Amino acid sequence: MGELMIVMDSTGRRRFLKKCLAGVLLGTSGRMGLLAAGEQGASLAKSRVVIARDALLRGAGTTVDSRRMLSLLDCAMQALFDRDNPIEAWKKLVRPGETVGLKVNALGGRGFSSNLQLVEAICERLQEAGIRANDIVVWDRDTDELEHAGFHVSTGGNSVQCFGTDRVDYEPDLVTHGSVGSRLSKILTQRCNVLINVPVLKDHDGAGVSVALKNMYGVIHNPNKYHPNGCNPYIADLNMLPEIRTTMRLTICDATTASYEGGPGYKPEYSWKNNALIVSQDPVALDYTGWQIIEHKRVEKGLKTLEADGRAPHYIATAADAQHRLGTNDPRRIAVVEV
Amino acid sequence: MTRIHLSKRAVGVKAHGLLLLMLGVAMLLHSSCKRQSGTDQSFFPASNEVAGWAKTGEIRTFEAADLWKYIDGEAERYLKDGARRVSTTDYKFHNKVDATADIYTMGSAEGAEKIFKSEPAVDVKPIQMGDEARLSSQSLVFCKGAYLVRIVAFEESAETQQVLLQLGHGIELRLVR
Repeated sequence: MGELMIVMDSTGRRRFLKKCLAGVLLGTSGRMGLLAAGEQGASLAKSRVVIARDALLRGAGTTVDSRRMLSLLDCAMQALFDRDNPIEAWKKLVRPGETVGLKVNALGGRGFSSNLQLVEAICERLQEAGIRANDIVVWDRDTDELEHAGFHVSTGGNSVQCFGTDRVDYEPDLVTHGSVGSRLSKILTQRCNVLINVPVLKDHDGAGVSVALKNMYGVIHNPNKYHPNGCNPYIADLNMLPEIRTTMRLTICDATTASYEGGPGYKPEYSWKNNALIVSQDPVALDYTGWQIIEHKRVEKGLKTLEADGRAPHYIATAADAQHRLGTNDPRRIAVVEV
Repeated sequence: MTRIHLSKRAVGVKAHGLLLLMLGVAMLLHSSCKRQSGTDQSFFPASNEVAGWAKTGEIRTFEAADLWKYIDGEAERYLKDGARRVSTTDYKFHNKVDATADIYTMGSAEGAEKIFKSEPAVDVKPIQMGDEARLSSQSLVFCKGAYLVRIVAFEESAETQQVLLQLGHGIELRLVR
């Protein structure tokens, strides 16, 4: 993104997007967000997956620059929603009065959790789109993990809320779908009616990759039960739960630092500074795209593909199958837009 | 009424039983606590025991049954090779380098070696430490006996590797075969 003009006029932007779409690498209709579904035609359009990059995201140092991150996020959101203005893009997603949960991933600790500058940028734009600060909850399963990852825990007051499920517990009753029977976080069921998924792009020892769909393991009380057989069909079944499916509107995958091996924990030797965001309303298409990025990196590093390593993420195909229809894994139906 | 008019002996027996019960509950809580004390604590050098390194975090220990709470998604691999627990804490070197040190206690040296060898040697160099070790620009991994040690730094600088080695040696010296 370093060379990309963030602010374009309408004609320029459309020309730019047209060019991007003409160069589509992969190609769906996935599950569109509630507000975007009508305009995009969920059943007919390709699923758009935007990959926004900024080679200078960290400047000369190792820390992500907040200003450049905000620009990168704007660039991704404008390309995803085909809007000239970032606030207009966000208004396509949320309405004032809604309560928004940002499901981050703090399991990887400070080195490999959802990027703080990214989460701050999302919160800033949500508020500019009319969401009250205290109607935004940044959350994951455990408050200590959030703190350890660098998040500032906040409960009450008028600021953005940030805490783990350990502060409010899980619902007492199990919800089930297929192979899954779990208790859901009360943050999901009682504190937010819109879910924005903010996972990290990772290799995963069990599932093959951990991107959007796998991040929902952090909303249940018993994720450790769902790792056999490459987490398949557990990941897909979990994402079928109505409490997840009906609230999930967008995934903003933090691919600023990503791993191609040794995941999901942080191992710097198998990670790289990718300086990118991957954004989509189709979590299956996003996972498929993330998988391809990781495979390319593995090839570059001289490693076997995940398939050859016996770790292909078969859960992605399950999530797209006729029993789940959570999105598409058909590259002909995924429009990857690189900005 | 009968319970009110207990004899002194009965009261004594009951109090003794209650004490035992409380002791049992306390032991149970202690054993499942995330931040428990244990022998692994002594493996972590105290602040400035290794020059320049300050221990900045408390030691957290996750037993085998709770390993997933620390390394969800990887726990199965470690358990398969006999992991008994992991202890972890944070360090800081002169306000320049932050690091996390994990010490996995496996059931045997073979288990530690299996985990070590299962990780590909990409962008790393082998070094002399413990039984086997490798160093990357931001991490040091080594096994010694039934222990697997992983130290991860969050900043990459000219001195990161050197100071990681120093902290690694500090831990290695404390590991008992």
